[in-house]
Amino acid sequence: MTQVSMTVNGQPATGEVEGRTLLVSFLRDQIGLTGTHVGCDTSQCGACVVHVDGKAVKSCTMLALEADGAEVSTIEGQANADGTLNVIQQAFQDHHGLQCGFCTPGMVMSAAALLKENPKPTEDEIRHYLEGNICRCTGYHNIVKAIMAASGQDVAVLAAE
Amino acid sequence: MYEFDFVKPTTLADAIAALGAEEAQALGGGQTLIPTLKQRLAAPAVLVSLTGIGEMQGIELGEGQITIGGATPHAAVAAEVAAAYPALAALAGNIGDPAVRNRGTIGGSLANNDPSACYPAAALASGATIVTSNREIAADDYFEGMFTTALEDGELITAVRFPVPEAASYQKFEQPASRFALVGVFVAKYPEGVRVAVTGAAEDGVFRWSEAEVALSADFSPAALEGIDCPAEGMIADLHGTAAYRAHLVKVMTRRAVMAAAG
Ligand code: FES
Ligand code: FES
Repeated sequence: MTQVSMTVNGQPATGEVEGRTLLVSFLRDQIGLTGTHVGCDTSQCGACVVHVDGKAVKSCTMLALEADGAEVSTIEGQANADGTLNVIQQAFQDHHGLQCGFCTPGMVMSAAALLKENPKPTEDEIRHYLEGNICRCTGYHNIVKAIMAASGQDVAVLAAE
Repeated sequence: MYEFDFVKPTTLADAIAALGAEEAQALGGGQTLIPTLKQRLAAPAVLVSLTGIGEMQGIELGEGQITIGGATPHAAVAAEVAAAYPALAALAGNIGDPAVRNRGTIGGSLANNDPSACYPAAALASGATIVTSNREIAADDYFEGMFTTALEDGELITAVRFPVPEAASYQKFEQPASRFALVGVFVAKYPEGVRVAVTGAAEDGVFRWSEAEVALSADFSPAALEGIDCPAEGMIADLHGTAAYRAHLVKVMTRRAVMAAAG
C-alpha cells in the first residue's frame, strides 16, 4: 500500500491505496464521495467523469496514484457555496436533462469542461463533446438543451424532439 | 486487475532504470493499457508511469517541422498544432472522446500500434521520425505489423517529429460502436511527393498505398485515383465489414482526403 494525497473539491484527501486502485474507487470507497458513478468500468459511458487539474478524465481509467498531488473536482463540489445548484445543475433540472440520474454526474462534469473551453457552444459542438457520455434514459435532447441554456443561449431554436 | 507496483519517475533516466526491472511496463495515459489490465490480458509486476516526465511533454513548433513529446496528450496536440498542421490537429481532436484525449498520449498510441488507431496513419503518411530513448526511427521502418513495432524492450518514445506537409487531410470512417477507424486514410503532400497511409483496414496494421501515391504525386486530384483500386487481399474481415468492403472504403476515404486537402 502506498499513501496518496490529493485535493478533492478544495479539501485535502489522503488514503492508502494499491498500485491498481482506480481513482474512482478512491473517491467512492475511500473518501465516500459516491456521486461519481461507475456505469461501465470500460471507459465508454462517462458516468465517472471528474476533473483532474481542470481537465475532464474518466476516473475509471486512471489510477489513483496518478492523481497524487492533483486538484480533483467531482460532482459533490459543483453546487454553489450556499448549497443551491450551480447554473449547469439548475439547467439540467429546468430542462429535464435527467430521468434516472445515473449518467448525470458525468454529464454535468463534461458539460462544465466543455463550457470552460467553449463558453457558447453550438448544438453540434455539444453533441460532439458528449461523445463519451452515454445516457440510457433521456435520448440526449434535453441534456443538450440544458447545456445550451446553461451557456446562456436561447434554447427555443432547438427542435422539440 | 492483478496487483502491480506503481512508480512515477520524473526523469527519463529514472524511467529507463525502472523499466529495467523484471516484468516492468511503461504506462502512458493508460487509455488502452488500463482497460487491458482490467481484462487481465496483461500482468506487469511494475507499472512505470511516464506522465511525470517533463522532458517527454510538450510541443515544439519549428521551421517546417513539429516535435511532439511522447507523453503529450491528444488534447494538447489538437489545440496546439491547429495552425501549423491542421490535419494532424484534427486527427488528434477526433480520437476517442474529450476525456480520453486528456489522458491518451501520442507515444502510447504509437508504441501500442493498434491496427485501428489513428496516429500510426499520421506518422506514416508524414514520414515522421520516432525519437526514442536511444535512437531515431523513420516511420517507414517503425511499424512492423499489428501491435508490433521496431521498439525494443525498455525503449521509450520520447518524441515524434513531423515534417509539415504542403497539404494534408485525414479521413476516418468510424466503426459506429467503438468509434475506432474501420478505415482511416491520411494523405499528405510534400514537395518530394504524396504519401498515403491507411489504418484500420489491413491485417498487418497501417500501410502505405503506393499505387495511389504514385498517381497522386503526378496529379494531386481525385481524378488521379480513377482506375486504381486497393486490393482486398490482406484486409481485415470481421462482423463490421468484409475485406472487399474495407478495400473499397480505402479508395473512398483516399478520394475524400484528397478533395479535403486540395480544397
Ligand atoms: S464508468 Fe468510467 S467510463 Fe463508464
Ligand atoms: S438519466 Fe438515466 S442514464 Fe441518463
